[in-house]
Amino acid sequence: MNQLQNFTKGLIKENPVFILLLGLCPALGVTTSAFNGFGMGIATTFVLLMSNLIISLLKNFIPSSVRIPSFIVVIASFVTAVDLIMAAYAPDLHSQLGLFIPLIVVNCVVLARAEAFASKKEVFSSIIDGLGIGVGFTFALTLLGAVREILGSGSLLGIQFLPQGTDGIIVFILAPGAFIGLGYLIVLMNLFKKN
Amino acid sequence: MKNKKPNTLFNMVSTLLIISSIAGMGLSGLYNITKEPIAKVQQKKIQMLLENVLPPFDRVEKKAFIPYDNLTDSILAFFAYDSQNNLLGIAAITYSLNGFSGLVKIMVGFLPDLTIRKTEVLKHSETPGLGDKMETGKSDFPVQFIDKHPETFQLRVKKDGGDVDAITAATITSRAFCDAIDRAYKTLIQHYSPK
Repeated sequence: MNQLQNFTKGLIKENPVFILLLGLCPALGVTTSAFNGFGMGIATTFVLLMSNLIISLLKNFIPSSVRIPSFIVVIASFVTAVDLIMAAYAPDLHSQLGLFIPLIVVNCVVLARAEAFASKKEVFSSIIDGLGIGVGFTFALTLLGAVREILGSGSLLGIQFLPQGTDGIIVFILAPGAFIGLGYLIVLMNLFKKN
Repeated sequence: MKNKKPNTLFNMVSTLLIISSIAGMGLSGLYNITKEPIAKVQQKKIQMLLENVLPPFDRVEKKAFIPYDNLTDSILAFFAYDSQNNLLGIAAITYSLNGFSGLVKIMVGFLPDLTIRKTEVLKHSETPGLGDKMETGKSDFPVQFIDKHPETFQLRVKKDGGDVDAITAATITSRAFCDAIDRAYKTLIQHYSPK
């Protein structure tokens, strides 16, 4: 698999949310708007990138029986860093994402890539993999966020297109709507992948 | 997975120790760097909220009061003065635990005689499209409190014998909103006599 394929597999063929069905908790929880989905995707991509890089560098240094705790410490450190930096320099996004930022630590996508890829492959491939999966994750969250925002709030990226005071289909801002939206998107993505 | 480091006790302990130490040191460094920007962001947020609910002021004095009904979290009161030390108003960060989904946190701006000047919802988990109509701009609900005095305007919903028009289909949220303002008023008069 060349590096270009390595990068693009995260977008459709191995999209973490729609195909691998990983990281669904934040995907459902923060995608009340396209911007929130995008912000969470970017934060997760950063963590993915850095943790893949460090874990790939350390793969011969960590004894296999303590690899999971070691990975978690590395991942948690970068998530904490993202949390602090966001609170200091992007406070609006930080208050929107709230509790879900620390939850990136247990986002299955990050640990899965560390265990399945970064701990076995060389540094450059791991970086590309992290980037590609991260972009795919960001794409999935932004798309789901956009769908939920358009249907649920009648707006996109904060720009209202429903008259002031009318509600959209409220269920899409709530948890059940997240599941419904995600379900249909998974169907569409699988159809798209087949073609 | 071929691993060049054997799983001896020494290797396991030393690896975890080294990784955790580096992570801990890096994060405490980052914490120190971001401590000030984060504090500034918090201050700016409070300042903006105070300027929203209070008349224009030159300085504030912050005091914390135990709620009149002895709930655990304090009511924060901001006494606003002009440059000649005349009291212009009091803003109180108050709350109710009786929201439909728990905590509702509100900032109320009072004039020196404890007439309500303006309210602002700070935090809540109420239902979008129903309880969240207590937010400014989403309905006329918060407008009815402006220029009313708790002595003459009973802070309970009409259903409970008070003077407040509840949000349609969101009685519990409306009750919690009243409860929060009532708590602020009753706590303030324990420590301050209206002028």
